[in-house]
Amino acid sequence: MEKSVPAKERLIKSKNSRMNGEARGRMLVTASALIMIFATVAITIFLGSKGLQTFTKNGISPIEFITSTKWDPTNAESPLYGAFPFIFGSFAVTFLSALVAAPLGIGGAIFMTEIAPSWGRKVLQPVIELLVGIPSVVYGFIGLSVLVPFIRENVGGLGFSLLTGTIVLSIMILPTVTSIATDAMASLPTALREGSLALGATRWQTIRKVLIPAASPTLLTAVVLGMARAFGEALAVQMVIGNVRTLPSSIIDASATLTTIITLNMGHTTYGSIENNTLWSMGLLLLIMSFAFILVIRYLSARRKI
Amino acid sequence: MSTLTTTERVFDVKDLNLWYGDNLALKSINFPIHYNEVTAIIGPSGCGKSTFIKTLNLMINMIPGVKMSGEINYRGKNILSDKVDLVELRKNVGMVFQKGNPFPQSIYDNVAYGPRIHGLKKKQELDEIIEKSLIDVALWDEVKDRLNAPAMGLSGGQQQRLCIARALTTKPEVLLMDEPTSALDPISTSKIEELIFELKEKYTIVIVTHNMQQASRVSDKTAFFLMGELIELDDTTKVFSQPYDQRTEDYISGRFG
Repeated sequence: MEKSVPAKERLIKSKNSRMNGEARGRMLVTASALIMIFATVAITIFLGSKGLQTFTKNGISPIEFITSTKWDPTNAESPLYGAFPFIFGSFAVTFLSALVAAPLGIGGAIFMTEIAPSWGRKVLQPVIELLVGIPSVVYGFIGLSVLVPFIRENVGGLGFSLLTGTIVLSIMILPTVTSIATDAMASLPTALREGSLALGATRWQTIRKVLIPAASPTLLTAVVLGMARAFGEALAVQMVIGNVRTLPSSIIDASATLTTIITLNMGHTTYGSIENNTLWSMGLLLLIMSFAFILVIRYLSARRKI
Repeated sequence: MSTLTTTERVFDVKDLNLWYGDNLALKSINFPIHYNEVTAIIGPSGCGKSTFIKTLNLMINMIPGVKMSGEINYRGKNILSDKVDLVELRKNVGMVFQKGNPFPQSIYDNVAYGPRIHGLKKKQELDEIIEKSLIDVALWDEVKDRLNAPAMGLSGGQQQRLCIARALTTKPEVLLMDEPTSALDPISTSKIEELIFELKEKYTIVIVTHNMQQASRVSDKTAFFLMGELIELDDTTKVFSQPYDQRTEDYISGRFG
């Protein structure tokens, strides 16, 4: 038999080598975390300071910026900086598309988990994954070439409208809503279904009175995440919404959103000019809204019942 | 197998075979269940006892790929062959599961669930049913001041009693209990057992249990299942003192299982 190393040495040696790996791994993940935190904080600070310049340096009233409906930054005599039409446009397309996508997404989720779990999931799951993978420019392009003329001929108006933007966005956020809603429904314990069915409830009663209420915080989270995506989407919306400066008076009127105004104007405004600064203020508004969405989601997940 | 007393049968299972896919899980079961008796079903894990109890209210149909042959006569009507009204069947044959499964709603809404889905809307009647059911399961005093509190906040034993109360609200005739105390501590278990004693005055009870003391304590009849077969079904005192089949004796004396 080989002469063995004393236990003390073995223990110390192995401890050392393990500690080295331990320390390296720890450094690696800590660094990743720090970089992420740094990036987020840096963007927030930068956007905050740039976005606030409109009000601090250029002396535009924040109230006017948020509530005024007159946007005319290039008027040499008296430029106007009322971003309300765009704020309104952003909220309008977001809520309208959520209104369309929520019932469809939750309905699809229920179909997949409760009605036809075997083939429903086999067919719908890949469809949804495919929808996620389509780039937003393609959504916009299809919207522009198919939906815009269709709306123009069948509904009225120019075709470039809130309605068109809403439809395109609804389809874009549908996968987000559906997949999270599906997870929410699928993670409900079977015991809930059994409990309800054993009392003589029908499948529909079980879905409506037990399963949906039980999953409701997560279902709402699904909708809010979809809304967050809709609120931030620029490209596809810009291609179909018309991008006008006025407040839309009906759903078939052209409109604009915060994101579309930023993407349209950031190229031809001078860095540091008032107009450029107001674009940063809109970016800041978007950031504030996305924080608000996150707060809502955190509040909802704290309320989860199961 | 010795002859059973011929009181009226609420269930009469005849030659029941059940397959999970190609796997024969219940083999030619003949099982009469009599009014106002407690029938305990014992047997090792995987012997088919839970499967059997779930055939009686057709909850077994929730599992995909289940096939059955034979007859399950409930009040003289074969629930396997005739067009059976599942809603009506499950109203009459209530079920309590292994683990208390309250809905994530208030205590009140949990107990009100059954009557509500069957069309009862009047607040006063609901209140009465809820109070009565909760008194029946000896939970009323513990929860009467917090009926609107979430049911998930109750202890495991309270949750199970709440689920029994919920099952009683549809005024069932038969109560199926699938290992109702397997997830509970001894004190909660004894409370549920006391409850079974009281409920047997009014209900026919079929209880699946892993605990042989429990079977001998609460039941009138005991059935022993082994590998999908019903080995023995007789008066509980007889099964535990002088079983007819050697395998039953081996099982209850702890030689296997």
